[in-house]
Amino acid sequence: MLKISLDKLDKLFEAISASQTLYIPVDREDGAAEYKKYENGMKLSSALNTLRSAKDFFFPQTENLVDFKMEGQNIEVIDVREESEDFVIFGVRACDARSFTILDKVFLAEPVDSYYKNRRDHGTVVTMACTRPTETCFCGTFGIDAAAPEGDAACYSDGESLFIEAHNEKGQKFIDSISSLLEDGDTAKLEAVRAKTREILKKLPLANLTTDNFGGDKLNEYFNSDKWGELSESCLGCGTCTFVCPTCQCYDIKDFNTGHGIKRFRCWDSCMYSDFTKMAHGNPRLTQLERFRQRFMHKLVYFPANNNGEFGCVGCGRCLAKCPISMNIVKVMKALEVK
Amino acid sequence: MQEAMINKAKQLLADGTVDRVIGWKRGEFAYDITPAVFETAEELEKEFVFDDFTAANVSKYLVKESKKEGKILAFLKPCDTYSFNQLTKEHRVVRENVYIVGIPGGPKLDAEKIKAKGITGILGVKNENYTLKIDTVYGEETMPFYEAILDKCATCKSKKHVVYDELIGDEGEVLDSNRFDMVEKLENMTAQERYDFWRGELSKCIRCNACRNVCPACTCEKCVFDNPNSGVENKAPADSFEENMFHIIRAFHVAGRCTDCGECSRVCPQHIPLHLLNRKFIKDINSLYGEYQAGEDTTSRAPLNDYKQDDCETTVVHERGVE
Amino acid sequence: MNNDTLIPYIGVVTDIRQDTPDVKTFRVVSPEGGKVFEHMPGQCAMLSIPGVGEAMFSITSSPTNKEFMEFSIKKCGCLTTWLHAMDVGQQITIRGPYGNAFPVESDLKGKDLLFIAGGIGLAPLRSVINYVRDNRANYGDVQIIYGSRSKDDLVDYKEIIDEWMNDTGIEVNLTIDNPQEGWDGHVGFVPNYVKELDPSINKTVLICGPPIMIKFTLAGLKELGFKETQVYTTMELRMKCGVGKCGRCNIGNKYVCKDGPVFRFDQLGELPDEY
Repeated sequence: MLKISLDKLDKLFEAISASQTLYIPVDREDGAAEYKKYENGMKLSSALNTLRSAKDFFFPQTENLVDFKMEGQNIEVIDVREESEDFVIFGVRACDARSFTILDKVFLAEPVDSYYKNRRDHGTVVTMACTRPTETCFCGTFGIDAAAPEGDAACYSDGESLFIEAHNEKGQKFIDSISSLLEDGDTAKLEAVRAKTREILKKLPLANLTTDNFGGDKLNEYFNSDKWGELSESCLGCGTCTFVCPTCQCYDIKDFNTGHGIKRFRCWDSCMYSDFTKMAHGNPRLTQLERFRQRFMHKLVYFPANNNGEFGCVGCGRCLAKCPISMNIVKVMKALEVK
Repeated sequence: MQEAMINKAKQLLADGTVDRVIGWKRGEFAYDITPAVFETAEELEKEFVFDDFTAANVSKYLVKESKKEGKILAFLKPCDTYSFNQLTKEHRVVRENVYIVGIPGGPKLDAEKIKAKGITGILGVKNENYTLKIDTVYGEETMPFYEAILDKCATCKSKKHVVYDELIGDEGEVLDSNRFDMVEKLENMTAQERYDFWRGELSKCIRCNACRNVCPACTCEKCVFDNPNSGVENKAPADSFEENMFHIIRAFHVAGRCTDCGECSRVCPQHIPLHLLNRKFIKDINSLYGEYQAGEDTTSRAPLNDYKQDDCETTVVHERGVE
Repeated sequence: MNNDTLIPYIGVVTDIRQDTPDVKTFRVVSPEGGKVFEHMPGQCAMLSIPGVGEAMFSITSSPTNKEFMEFSIKKCGCLTTWLHAMDVGQQITIRGPYGNAFPVESDLKGKDLLFIAGGIGLAPLRSVINYVRDNRANYGDVQIIYGSRSKDDLVDYKEIIDEWMNDTGIEVNLTIDNPQEGWDGHVGFVPNYVKELDPSINKTVLICGPPIMIKFTLAGLKELGFKETQVYTTMELRMKCGVGKCGRCNIGNKYVCKDGPVFRFDQLGELPDEY
């Protein structure tokens, strides 16, 4: 496999960013990692994952959909879309890489969402295998191998070198663009590192969590479960889980009057919010129980029902770490499960 | 302590003093505690937990819980009692329906601070003479207890319970805390430095509303930010300053009512020190209207709701604004 | 870049008809004349006044109408209040068509049809009724049972009296909730009227109205011997995108905007009771 010495990462990033925009995870002062546009001198974060998921790159928190000019009784529709520039997201973990496949199933289904597709077409996802998974990780539950991430191209570290391989044409193009920096390397040590990672994955507290008893065929059984009341009783109805989740993709559309015209925005929304399904004449989800149930039913039952058994979760563990009341999909699965 | 609390709860359930108990429930890991209501001795024995991670303030849940039939036992830490008192003062909780057992306060631990040290794969956390022994997938790690405590506990204002029906353990004192130190530091910055500080912090906001939804002072039936008719409902910020406005407006709205319980900062997924905005208001109220601690009692008039002839003039804003 | 369904077309409102005290019917054409797009009966469109709001409305005109689309809209929230206040000539934005349709070209063909509507619930059915009238040979007998609070609240009253009632092979049964001066027709709620009329159980039923009316009418139909597989309805939930992506109009795993709005009751019965 092709490799580059880890102490030459700067050179690698400089080379990539010379031809297109590069985003890498970097450490923030408070210890959290976040994706930043690469500038010379930036150091790749050693954190397991970024606080916010990588979904922002394809499905940003807010985006301008269309503008309107209002004049008397007339309306002019202004298409504000621009062709995205090429960019590389480097260091995406296996869980987040899978989340793109899940988002694709929503946004690239007919009718294709051109805003999403535009960015997807222009973005190259370069993943990074995990070596230090943590207690909140459960990607294995969804058939994801943290030591062998998907993506257009994948990187693996053996502690000395970074190995790179392409998974598709886009990934190959990426590798070709930096080939002068790469050399052939022996993967013996890397294989040992990967084997060790897989051993650790097996020892994680959530290693035995399975989706065996979830899926589209459990619709009414789980919907009518008497567990929802207890599970949702202390839910604050905030959107933390939704907004840190790499697969949550519900959105709202809002208009703003700028004084010179109307801007129509799309923004992330959360099914946990009280106004999510509110209509002028009523609301089918009146209490937090129904909203809470919707989020988990969507991930564990509705999504697989509509997508050949694929679940709407990648086991990244962000909601486990971030929910203010520590209620999350793992606890829901364990409480709900009917064998 | 946990044992004593479970016994107390079981006793009060058994003798009919209360019908339900609000406390904390054990999670998957050492630190992921969920506030919960217990109805039976069995539930309490199985799941009730009180340890270094039970930081959540359960007072706000009593807004809803105290309106249900029967009486509920609430275990309140000193800081939680201030929130409860303030809610009583604002007629948000039904005091008669709550039986309060005061329990000792923190300091409580912040799992995020342990993780920020690069400690991953946490399987267990033990406090041995104020050194944390952390069992992880990668072997045992240690760190000083005090480096892992919550910000809100590091600047604890009081170990005294301002309301209770009974106490477990001894009553504490109001502390001479250093909680305004950081506010002072910000005040001493130039306007530009201060602006940069807040822009840096608030630009991290993802508008999840966790701070608002956890805040015991935020109990409006319909928040202005959720009301499409308010003109400020803004799930989608029209510009990069909107998130800042959200937090500034929220701080204004809870000014004089915020007890400084610190929950906003504790739950912020982005670690924004939101409590500093509220503390600035508390500090200003103290200096402009005389010492006032929201939630200390249920009868006094709040300075911002009360007119006194010697109240400061509005020109104070201009005077204080001069660099 | 390809068109995106979230970018709307412009429609011009060329006629506004006050149907009832709180329902107006708006006629919409494209600025170049003609329809903005084609649709099938039961499908919907997203109408918007930018800056005011955007919402889903069923297209009440029949696809057989080649000149314009019509929307019967009840004054209810922010956007509808604005629409009710506007004048002819106003441009609006429109996108669609969204959702499935009543199976007029498949399951309904050759069948005797029974339409049951309450209040504004006639709006989506009117599209089917006029489609059937314009393709009369393809369908059997048509019976329309329509009720409203009062005579004044009957939507499309003029069209019902002048056109539908004069057609052969169409039986129209109107009812209002309470007696009213100048009304010598039936008085009483729709569910009871349906039972009184005792329609043949060979008919295929299309029903739309307030949830409570649907609930009791369905119960009545079952008593009469109708099966859930014979009864269709059309649903409404909050929508933003119209194409099953924004995530809010689902009933179980079905999106009302995409998999609906038309459901047969046996299909609805398999879904969770959350609507």
